[in-house]
Amino acid sequence: MAPEQIRSVILDILSRIAPDEDLSDLDDSVPFREQMELDSMDFLDIVMELRKLYRVQIPEEDYGELVTMDSTVTYLTPLLKDAESTV
Amino acid sequence: MTYDSIIIGAGLSGLAAGIRLAYYGKRVCILERHTTIGGLNSFYRLRGRNHDVGLHAITNYSPPGGKRGPLNKILRQLRFSWEDFDLSPQFGSSVVFPGHTLRFNNEFAYFEAEIAAQFPSQIDGFRRLVAEIDSHNIGDLGQTWISARARMAEHISDPLLINMLLCPLMFYGSPSEHDMDFNQFVIMFRSIYQEGFARPYKGVRLILKNLVKKFKSLGGELKLRAGVQQLVTDGKHVSGVVLDDGQVLEAKNVLSSAGSAETLQLCGADVPVDDRFTPGEISFVETISVLDQQPAEFGHDETIVFYNDSEDFYYEQSKNPVDVRSGIICSPNNFQYDQPLEEGSIRITALANPGYWMNLPEDEYIEAKKYWYDQILESSLRFIPDFRPHVIDVDTFTPRTIKKFTGHINGCVYGAPRKILDGTTPFDNLFLCGTDQGFLGIIGSMLSGISIANLHLLNAK
Repeated sequence: MAPEQIRSVILDILSRIAPDEDLSDLDDSVPFREQMELDSMDFLDIVMELRKLYRVQIPEEDYGELVTMDSTVTYLTPLLKDAESTV
Repeated sequence: MTYDSIIIGAGLSGLAAGIRLAYYGKRVCILERHTTIGGLNSFYRLRGRNHDVGLHAITNYSPPGGKRGPLNKILRQLRFSWEDFDLSPQFGSSVVFPGHTLRFNNEFAYFEAEIAAQFPSQIDGFRRLVAEIDSHNIGDLGQTWISARARMAEHISDPLLINMLLCPLMFYGSPSEHDMDFNQFVIMFRSIYQEGFARPYKGVRLILKNLVKKFKSLGGELKLRAGVQQLVTDGKHVSGVVLDDGQVLEAKNVLSSAGSAETLQLCGADVPVDDRFTPGEISFVETISVLDQQPAEFGHDETIVFYNDSEDFYYEQSKNPVDVRSGIICSPNNFQYDQPLEEGSIRITALANPGYWMNLPEDEYIEAKKYWYDQILESSLRFIPDFRPHVIDVDTFTPRTIKKFTGHINGCVYGAPRKILDGTTPFDNLFLCGTDQGFLGIIGSMLSGISIANLHLLNAK
């Protein structure tokens, strides 16, 4: 997947976690935590959704890479380069 | 065939845990002894009318668009949208003690102003207490029992205010007499005073039915009339369950919402004694009066009234069959629905003596319910206009009813005094959720199932 597609995948996961949230004005450089009040339970869910969808394992020490959309896409790009988008 | 997880009990916590597990592809089966779902928060039909079992109000209210707090957390975790619970906020509630009435609604500032007006010498201390509550971490699973009364007394010197603050929190969630664990106090304080009350127009069945629908759509199995009579163990590890009909089901792990002592009883006689698993002793009698008009028509527009007829507040197992000195008056009509409920009703709840109700012969039991219904209503008329001429149907349930339909020892609705916050048991793959894990109320029980499923059954980390 290209970075653009990975961004769509993350948006799709976020919209499943928070269906009432308007994600159209999400700022890719601002932490999810600040914009959506995501807590540690929600971050675990992002990790688990990625594992469910793409069998990608994200070790706990890397959770810090999932702070913003920008950092998440950068982190996932090499891990998902061979994966097919499901979105 | 071996399940990944078997869940004992199709109440709110078991169903919520089941959704989490099924969502992430686990083979999961929920077993419920009763003929219907809900557990301590079930619903039933009697003489053509729908009743909720335990629900007065759903606590932890958050308006649409909210992001914080337990309600939003469980909506996210269960992939529901806010509309799925159809919550209408309360009109307003009160705590009534001799000489003082403290009103509260879903705006905390209103409650704070009430306290400032009625207890001016205490308001600074109250604000310090609130600051302590705000900074407390309820997610710390390693904490031990701390006296809420002692913590409150560090900031508030008037025992009457302490009792008034505790009254709704104890009535809606304390498994222990006279005092609460501070962590439980914080959970309850936030859920009732800082977040507030709401109710779905159709009652708790709406939430339960949405949970079941989601659970099944994700491939989860739900078996009703499937009581667990025994857990199959080797003393350290659980390999499955034996149902009431003798059928054996195997599972890699078991999550039980049956209660802590109740669950250990299922493990057989050779379980080591553990005083954390001691059943509670607090239970209630509840009267439901169906009316020929809405309560507002005879001048009662409050949602919940918590009353107590002296400055001292005795939250304890009743010495009499029912303790009529205090109680809770709930009107399911008094929420901000788009249209009024079809019929008026008033529910009144009071502390009870479980032993008395359990041991009555059947014929005396029916008579005793009638007698104490009258006593409870008479006592409550000090706090609500006399609605007795409007009563067209009645039902009363007791600790015996609760034991019969939920299996909880002593008919304890709030479970054991000692909570097992991390959900662990002496068995390495047997876990607890629900009342005895420690999150309380409708939203809390779902959060309990979610938290324990995440922590132990999803291998999230």
